[in-house]
Amino acid sequence: MAMTPRRRARISKILQITIFVVVIVLLLLKIDWKLMNEAFFNFDKISPLFPGMITIGLKNTLFYTVISFAFGLTLGLILALMKTASFAPYRWLATGFIEFFRGIPAILVLLAFGFGIPTAFPGVVWPQPVNIMLALGLVSSAYIAETLRAGLQAVPKGQVEAARSLGMPAWRAMITIVIPQAFKIVLPPLTNEVILLTKDSSLAFILGMMASQFELTKFGRDGMISLGAGLTPLIVAGAMYLVITIPLSLVARKFESRTARANR
Amino acid sequence: MNETTNPTPVFQAAGVSITGLRKSYGANEVLKGIDLEVKPGEVVCLIGPSGSGKSTLLRCVNLLEQPNAGVIHVGGFEATDLDIDLDKMRQKVGMVFQQFNLFAHLTVMQNCTIAQTKVLKRPAAQAKETAQKNLDRVGLGAFGDRYPDELSGGQQQRVAIARALSMDPTLMLFDEPTSALDPETVGEVLAIMRSLAKAGMTMLVVTHEMSFAKEVADRVIFMDGGVVVEQGHAKDVIGNPQQPRTQDFLKRVLDPTHVEIAE
Repeated sequence: MAMTPRRRARISKILQITIFVVVIVLLLLKIDWKLMNEAFFNFDKISPLFPGMITIGLKNTLFYTVISFAFGLTLGLILALMKTASFAPYRWLATGFIEFFRGIPAILVLLAFGFGIPTAFPGVVWPQPVNIMLALGLVSSAYIAETLRAGLQAVPKGQVEAARSLGMPAWRAMITIVIPQAFKIVLPPLTNEVILLTKDSSLAFILGMMASQFELTKFGRDGMISLGAGLTPLIVAGAMYLVITIPLSLVARKFESRTARANR
Repeated sequence: MNETTNPTPVFQAAGVSITGLRKSYGANEVLKGIDLEVKPGEVVCLIGPSGSGKSTLLRCVNLLEQPNAGVIHVGGFEATDLDIDLDKMRQKVGMVFQQFNLFAHLTVMQNCTIAQTKVLKRPAAQAKETAQKNLDRVGLGAFGDRYPDELSGGQQQRVAIARALSMDPTLMLFDEPTSALDPETVGEVLAIMRSLAKAGMTMLVVTHEMSFAKEVADRVIFMDGGVVVEQGHAKDVIGNPQQPRTQDFLKRVLDPTHVEIAE
């Protein structure tokens, strides 16, 4: 009894709908909504979270992310240029750095900076957020470097040859011709890098810091302990992350469609 | 050497002299000792089968390729001297590429001004004026605000020529300038090159356009296997080749529908 493709498609569709409906019904029947609300959606008790969630948590998350990214971008560009350098030791150095920081968990770097630096350099008295931004910038620079290197290499070789044949020195050709075109190519992946960095800034919650330095996750966790509203403060913090990341995704998608049109 | 073939040159033209030029990629020797003289204002076409080394030869003239041996003089510069300022020399040598290589992120006007302002340090207004003059010359004076990807291949190549001319070069190198073009746009680029030749520009042209070479070139050089096989007046080399390899090549190029394939 051979099934025709059309019959198979119809059965598959009926199956999909059935599974969907069964799962929804089971969820509605099996979940104790009272407990559920108690644990996750206890919005009555969370008013003390505001306005601090925004004026401290969101502000610090944004601040740590932006500074880390600026640091990561600068270091990443240097690494990318080193990786494409003709002098081999530069390439080895950059490769080693990139592989190291891409290969270990970001939280280890954060711990190393947060706890290691004050121990190793007792004279260093900068505030904890500096360590956070250094650690996150270092980790992101490794990823950014690979993205930028791909972008630099995606610029056709003929662009450099044309620039050099007009009498531009190599550095001038790089700055005026190659880097602007490479940045256009890497804008979408770079935006994704900012999104990842925004979320990674939450790792800072494991470090001890002053209340005014709390970022979203630490702020939410603090509220979780003090308010007795279950995980609700973390749900609110999560929503705050979405406020940052969703517009960024939209921007990235816009860049993507624009480059797609330019490369048509 | 110092006299020009054109009595009243519009351009200040430089000559090229190449002796004993050798270039290898690993074990593969692409240029096997080339001697070549181009007088100021002279138009020389390099022809030959692909892989014969003619593009490499052209790219050696402005040191886009580093020769392994030999001496190259361009204008007053000894290009192969390690101590000369290559960037300074390249300012005087215009190059036009097969793939145009216009700067994709810049407008047509910016393509023509960027090297003037950044390299020659000309004031913006003067750079723009020079660029406009050269865009007018190639018939694209109204296209300054366009981006390269909005232009046809022929138009892009004409912008590339205007870009090179905006540096006031004394020598122009053309590397198969019409090979990447749609057939209907080849003519407009050749017309520009013809007018440049008439105006007294020194030109070294790698090309497959035999009728252009025959009409415009003062001299044609046939290369094969990394050596100069035959050279002379354009009409002689193309119309009445002496060497069997030249004869065979021209037969294939000029009459491709009747090529016999050796068993």
